[in-house]
Amino acid sequence: MPRTRRSKKIKNTSSGNSFHDRDALLGLFKQMYLIRQFEITCGEQYSQGNIRGFLHLYIGQEATGVGVLSQLSKDDYVITHYRDHGHALARGLDVNRSMAELFGKSTGLSKGKGGSMHLFDVSKKFMGGHAIVAGQLPVAAGLSLAQKYKNEEGITVCFFGDGATNQGVYHETLNLAAVWQLPILFVLENNGYGMGSSIERVRAGGTDFYPGVSTYGIDTAEVDGMDVLAVREATRAAIDKIRSNSSPYFIECKTFRFVGHSYADGQKYRDNDEIKSWRNKDPVETFPKYLINQNMSTDQEISDIKSKIDKQIDQAVKFAENSPNPPMSELYKDIYRD
Amino acid sequence: MPDILFRDAIKLGLQEALDNDPSVFIMGEDIGAYGGAYAVTDGLLDQYGPERIKDTPISEATFIGAGIGAAIAGLRPVIELMSISFSLVGFDQIVNMAANIRYMSGGQVNVPMVLRAPTGAGVQLAATHSQSFETWLCEVPGLKCVCPSTPYDALGLIRSAIKDDNPVFVAEPAMLYSKKGEIPNEYYEVPIGKANVIKSGSDVSLFSYGHGIKIISETANYLEKNGINAELVDLRSLNPIDTITISNSVRKTNRVVLVDTARKTGGVMSEVASLITENSVDWLDGPIVTVGSDNVPWPYNHDLEKKAFVDVQSVVKAFEKGYGV
Ligand SMILES: Cc1ncc(C[n+]2csc(CCOP(=O)(O)OP(=O)(O)O)c2C)c(N)n1
Ligand SMILES: [Mg+2]
Repeated sequence: MPRTRRSKKIKNTSSGNSFHDRDALLGLFKQMYLIRQFEITCGEQYSQGNIRGFLHLYIGQEATGVGVLSQLSKDDYVITHYRDHGHALARGLDVNRSMAELFGKSTGLSKGKGGSMHLFDVSKKFMGGHAIVAGQLPVAAGLSLAQKYKNEEGITVCFFGDGATNQGVYHETLNLAAVWQLPILFVLENNGYGMGSSIERVRAGGTDFYPGVSTYGIDTAEVDGMDVLAVREATRAAIDKIRSNSSPYFIECKTFRFVGHSYADGQKYRDNDEIKSWRNKDPVETFPKYLINQNMSTDQEISDIKSKIDKQIDQAVKFAENSPNPPMSELYKDIYRD
Repeated sequence: MPDILFRDAIKLGLQEALDNDPSVFIMGEDIGAYGGAYAVTDGLLDQYGPERIKDTPISEATFIGAGIGAAIAGLRPVIELMSISFSLVGFDQIVNMAANIRYMSGGQVNVPMVLRAPTGAGVQLAATHSQSFETWLCEVPGLKCVCPSTPYDALGLIRSAIKDDNPVFVAEPAMLYSKKGEIPNEYYEVPIGKANVIKSGSDVSLFSYGHGIKIISETANYLEKNGINAELVDLRSLNPIDTITISNSVRKTNRVVLVDTARKTGGVMSEVASLITENSVDWLDGPIVTVGSDNVPWPYNHDLEKKAFVDVQSVVKAFEKGYGV
């Protein structure tokens, strides 16, 4: 029987001073801003018809993905759901090829065959966005099972939303990971809603998920998902624990998507005040201010970074626009390995 | 004869059932406050309240199973799935439980439950969100399966489905929700198990269902210009299949073209082809021509998806090849 461990509440650690070198911190900002601009641009391209199908934006949740992924090594697997652009970019997937995938072009990460919800780059151990809610959770357990089996250094990080916790496989995966003591980090991005359903309407037991997880004997932490440094610190601690114990760990990030569930969502189910109050914590706004306050950066430096990234995104759009569609023969390729 | 949207025809059928039968209730993901992923249930929460319009957690296996239990205990649940692809999460409940319970109990329990789900490709949702699993569901004895192609049939079939004492799966072609059509002012039902001869003809029978009706209709228009008079048959009901209407049509025109918008391999029309071979092979003037979408996972890219999707040209070509005209 695995021991039940206590949940640790990680405080806002913006004023802490572990691994706070300037480049690392600026790196966090760069990534968050890159994701934000990428997503805003995706929205524009969607309304122009260059991106189609379902488009789920990560706007508002940047600190979560960036904070977690900043702590991974190249040996670690990452797997996530359909709201995957932020995770992909924070994992260092090519910006041009990511955009091209959303455009459905042959230069896209999946040659235009997967689209927004299904970004993959196996060379970065980024094992996909997955569009069936909670479908990635058991697969994540399998990735970490293989790592343990092969005595590898790496661990597996699995992202999912609050809505996914209502699927049976979520509970089954937590149990399996605990029974087999798998080196896996579960990252719940609790943004308060699964599509139009607020947590209170579809979950018994309150809006905190981590207490329930400890009943599986899994270590847990709760963290302010709008605070990139807090997320980073919680992740560091979690990964150390996973590596030393070879056991699972669960982090719940309290976060918020500032925009609709998908591009088509009119957000009838929530009011503007709620969105506004979360926007006050916007990490893409607050974090650079913090850096400037701490004399770690300047207005000028921040705006230089921004314009550089803006150009990078413009480039990515051009790259995607100018890339060819996949040839018709692609339709029949990649179904089986020859 | 008022014009009505396909989605509103289904909604009308749901409203009637909610009005007339207190044992009917609806459940599914985001059908209430959000108004439904395809807006079929928009406004129903305000109209009927949360006891009868139940938003569920994202737990397909469990709320389908709960529907079975409620049905056995005397209610008439109507369950909406956001996509027929998500039925897979609840497949065990649908197939092992809903479809088999009556038989296994020796006829003691009924499962008067309706499952509704959008089906089909065509809007670039990629492999996991574009499938047409009515092709799997229609094989299961104990479960009925229908697929309307017009607002008229959608309303008529939803009426019959909710009244039926068996589990009925209503596959709703996602591409049709915004299409308009006429319905009469008088009450009517479309019986489950009856195909519809949309247009009578003498030279060839074109069979399809759901979104495929658009394709065979356009094919018929094309053939008409070339002096070929096609009969159009909409299966409407995939289980049970209307073998009599199929046989009558085949024996009249002596030529058959079968069109699936789902993947051709293992599609509904494979079964129809087999039925025609069994029942009417002596009446045929040539091969049973079967056309369907490509046997590939649905791609995201627009052009690839279009290429994979069966179209009028490929139907015409297959007909000409099959019958040498
Ligand atoms: C099995 C399944 N059911 C339903 C859906 C439709 N759907 C897509 S995302 C979503 C909400 C998921 O919410 P959450 O897990 O909280 O993630 P978030 O979108 O908030 O990031 C739903 C219901 C799906 N893709 N798969
Ligand atoms: Mg959520």
